Amino acid sequence: MIETKTLREDFPIFSRLVHGKPLVYLDSAATSQKPQSVIQALEDYYRGYNANIHRGIYTIAEEATQAYEGSRHKIAQFIGAQDSATVIFTRNTTEAINLVAYTWGQANVGPGDEIVLTEMEHHSNLIPWIMLAERTGAVLKHIPFDSDGILDMDEARRLITDRTKLVSVVHMSNVLGTINPVRELADLAHAHGALMLVDGAQSVPHLGVTVDEIDCDFLAFSSHKMLGPTGVGALWARREILEAMPPFLGGGEMIAQVSLNHATYNDLPWKFEAGTPNIADAIVWGTAIDYLNQVGMPNVRQHEIELTEYAVDRLGEEVDVQLYGPRDVRKKGGVVAFNLGDVHSHDVAAVLDADAICIRVGHHCCQPLMRKLDVAGTARASFYIYNTREDVDRLVDGLEKVRGIFGTASA
Amino acid sequence: MLNDLYREVILQHYQSPRNRRPLDNPDLEGSAQNPLCGDEITIFASVAEGLLADVAFQARGCSISQASADIMADALRGKTLPEALGAISEFEHLMQDDEPGDVEHPEDLQALRSVRRFPVRVKCALLPWVTLGEAIDRYRADQ
Repeated sequence: MIETKTLREDFPIFSRLVHGKPLVYLDSAATSQKPQSVIQALEDYYRGYNANIHRGIYTIAEEATQAYEGSRHKIAQFIGAQDSATVIFTRNTTEAINLVAYTWGQANVGPGDEIVLTEMEHHSNLIPWIMLAERTGAVLKHIPFDSDGILDMDEARRLITDRTKLVSVVHMSNVLGTINPVRELADLAHAHGALMLVDGAQSVPHLGVTVDEIDCDFLAFSSHKMLGPTGVGALWARREILEAMPPFLGGGEMIAQVSLNHATYNDLPWKFEAGTPNIADAIVWGTAIDYLNQVGMPNVRQHEIELTEYAVDRLGEEVDVQLYGPRDVRKKGGVVAFNLGDVHSHDVAAVLDADAICIRVGHHCCQPLMRKLDVAGTARASFYIYNTREDVDRLVDGLEKVRGIFGTASA
Repeated sequence: MLNDLYREVILQHYQSPRNRRPLDNPDLEGSAQNPLCGDEITIFASVAEGLLADVAFQARGCSISQASADIMADALRGKTLPEALGAISEFEHLMQDDEPGDVEHPEDLQALRSVRRFPVRVKCALLPWVTLGEAIDRYRADQ
């Protein structure tokens, strides 16, 4: 069990007022808030041992290198990877997916080859493949989902064939909250000799994901959605795949031997980390993981199940609230997408903001998904360890205020 | 603060728009999307003897973009094309410049001006005007 009341004291942002009211932060699917330990660790690095890594022959450079590689080790353990060298630091989930598209994709995907995605992908797991298809003549296929936001697995079995080179799927939808059966999809992909990429941007921070359990070949995720700083993310992949892949960006750090016309490349993981990386944020991501480990990922998940159930129940009682995505909270993460009558979601958010309630509205970087739902956008409340039932109550009260202005009636 | 954004005038235009309707055989037509929020708007106008004889719109969007479209249709109907283009660029100034203009504006436009306090929504208010301006430019180029 999470003692939310005590835990919230670790997050300085909750001590501020917005428009004179305590903050209700319901947008952790966009980015999470940061605990004091994370904020402090950034300062500790810059005040105490700021130095470039891997090259300095002096004490603070060694300290920075150890902290950076130590963080990589923590991240590897967090996702159950045995080999830290298979965790590549990137800027974010988007860059991790692009890395795969540009290097593995360019080397392995040709005209007529197929890449299977779903209709609920974030643009970050859609555009890199559209761009790869434009470069190579590959064909994209999309697994549809039903009215509850559940993937059609019969269709998945039909779409994944011997022509498939890659199946790339979001583990947990940032709009519907749906937790997709990525293990089953990975098994299908492997049965046809294809590889499996999992977009773990939402799942790794909330569900407790291990690469063995989901049996993927690539896993992409970010620090800032899991209590860590912005500006750093990671790609995990199987060692043999990473070794066979061409490098991504060229420059310092990623090389072994360089002459004017020729270069050999560094070992994993540095082969994919050209230039000075985001040292501070990569180190402090490890601090965020320490915090999550202390809370315990099963507790994180349990807390979010309870809170999501409460939110779905309370919002579901309102006749003018349309909910999207699975109703069964075991099939979804802590994300609730909704619309209030025909009030546009931006208007909903503007009214809620006056009460210091932060929700995300619009298309959530999922335009094809929105078209499928036949809406211009939705409102979305998303939860993390620091959210409470009171936050949900304030949201429900805030909606009453929206009705007051826009005149929709609840029964 | 919310009362600034959702003034009575704006809510009236949003909830009972006079100009939200299709127009048969429009002489000019323009569509636009706000990629930020997914809002879609199409503006239609008919032209007779160099005047905007009628202006109408269809849209899927927030209260600000729809009220702005309705107010615009009322404000520009009956104007010559150059007058309409002038009014559109004046409106862009009204929404983007910090200096309060010397000119007195009708109540409807004043109400839209208060949207400036909400920077993310300025784009919503501008969308119909910019869309019509581009449609008029295309129409004039074709003539």
